[in-house]
Amino acid sequence: MGAIDGTVLDFKRLERLAMADTAVHRLDPRAKVLVTCAFIIAVVSFGRYELTPLFPFFIFPAVMIALGDLPPRYIAAKICLVLPFALAVGILNPLFDREVVLRLGPLGVSGGWISCASIAVRAMLTVGAALTLVGITGFPAICQALARLGMPQAFAVQLLFLYRYIFVLAEEGSRAARARELRSFGNKGVGVRSYGSLLGHLLVRTWQRAERIHMAMLARGFSGGFPLRRPSRFGAAEVLYLLGWSVFFIVLRLWNASQFLGALVMGICR
Amino acid sequence: MSHHIVEVKNLRHVYPDGTVALRDISFRITHGESVAVIGANGAGKSTLLLHLNGYLTPTSGEIRIGDFPLTKATLPAIRRTVGMVFQDPDDQLFMPTVYEDVAFGPCNLGLSEEEVEARVEAALGRVGAGHLRSKPPYHLSGGEKKRVAIATALSMSPDILVMDEPTNGLDPFARRQLLGLLRDFHHTRIFTSHDLDMVAALCERTIVLHEGEVGADGPTAEIFRDDELLARCRLEKPLSMQGCPVCGKAP
Repeated sequence: MGAIDGTVLDFKRLERLAMADTAVHRLDPRAKVLVTCAFIIAVVSFGRYELTPLFPFFIFPAVMIALGDLPPRYIAAKICLVLPFALAVGILNPLFDREVVLRLGPLGVSGGWISCASIAVRAMLTVGAALTLVGITGFPAICQALARLGMPQAFAVQLLFLYRYIFVLAEEGSRAARARELRSFGNKGVGVRSYGSLLGHLLVRTWQRAERIHMAMLARGFSGGFPLRRPSRFGAAEVLYLLGWSVFFIVLRLWNASQFLGALVMGICR
Repeated sequence: MSHHIVEVKNLRHVYPDGTVALRDISFRITHGESVAVIGANGAGKSTLLLHLNGYLTPTSGEIRIGDFPLTKATLPAIRRTVGMVFQDPDDQLFMPTVYEDVAFGPCNLGLSEEEVEARVEAALGRVGAGHLRSKPPYHLSGGEKKRVAIATALSMSPDILVMDEPTNGLDPFARRQLLGLLRDFHHTRIFTSHDLDMVAALCERTIVLHEGEVGADGPTAEIFRDDELLARCRLEKPLSMQGCPVCGKAP
């Protein structure tokens, strides 16, 4: 639980990074959200055995990290945190899919391994792109952009509250876990059962807090509408950003740039 | 100005589980008064506060804020008149940035953008938190959160300010700062608190709640001199009125 606490604190760092003022930070959030969506769609639309065409897509998060002045190691560490979940999805593929599709000298690589690797690479790409988006935009601005792009406001507000209170919830959760740990003296305590009631308490406390927040909202004239406004303009820079990246993704989707580059290098060598 | 008056008549509140939180409460607070509501844990302070802003509905009895009786129809007007500051600022600060949080109330009032801007500026300036405007609330210290929470209420231009445990969890410096701030307000003020020194410093009048009833209602100085009353209501004299802890000499 302490680890979870640390992770959440780390998210605050991402939020602080989003407060920087670079050219990409200044772009309208809507453009950034749309480009990231296009990127994710392009990445996940590849077939299951396609691995090499995915690699050129790393250019996008790399360029964004560089332009947005984000710390690459930090983003990489965050991606590694999520990677085990992706591997859990793909790890059984090599067992079921043993047909050899690729020969690297004496080594035969089965389709299962390739599809597993493809899942992992895609996870890295999509999670990396999402983290970079938060790092150069900030979560509240993303919610606002989604609302302005037509997502119902109720969802936008839900997302916003989720993000605002995840810090509070994590603090409460880690306090409860610490209290449990301190009284279980390094043993398992009463085991899994204590976690059940711990989670139950957390739920009840969340419920009570929700009630108090609602009270505070009502006290300030809340009547269903939610004022989310931050001046931003969808100008020429945004159009250029959106079109440029979209065309780039389409080109990478239609032509295998790695293969092309490989052929080029081989051609020169010959 | 009659709209600064708070009048509670024979208020009774029974929670759905059968707990009688308030038995029979009556008092009248007039314009510009600074009143403390004190009492032991479970005496009904928080329940009483939640009635003043219409969040809880009385089981019986009546509440009048200014010229209006508190009913469903008058609720929006009353919530505008009564500014509430809750005990835990994390409950009150729910927007992404301090600015948006303070602007939440004025935006809901349907004010123009310039008016909202002016109000936020004034409210933040009043509590000395102008430099925090673009920060997210979870990056603030406890004292800063408290001051911003007060600004969120001030930006609605309330006539009456109601605060639940304002000095709770603050360090001595932040507490002292807050006392100075609250002393300068000229609203009708209602506080609940266990910080009896704050009560002695800020409130000329004190209402003591005891088991859901008004145990005493009078000038703060008189109430804190009544040892028998304080003992009965599980209270103590403020530290500033007790003897010196080292030599035992009376103040």
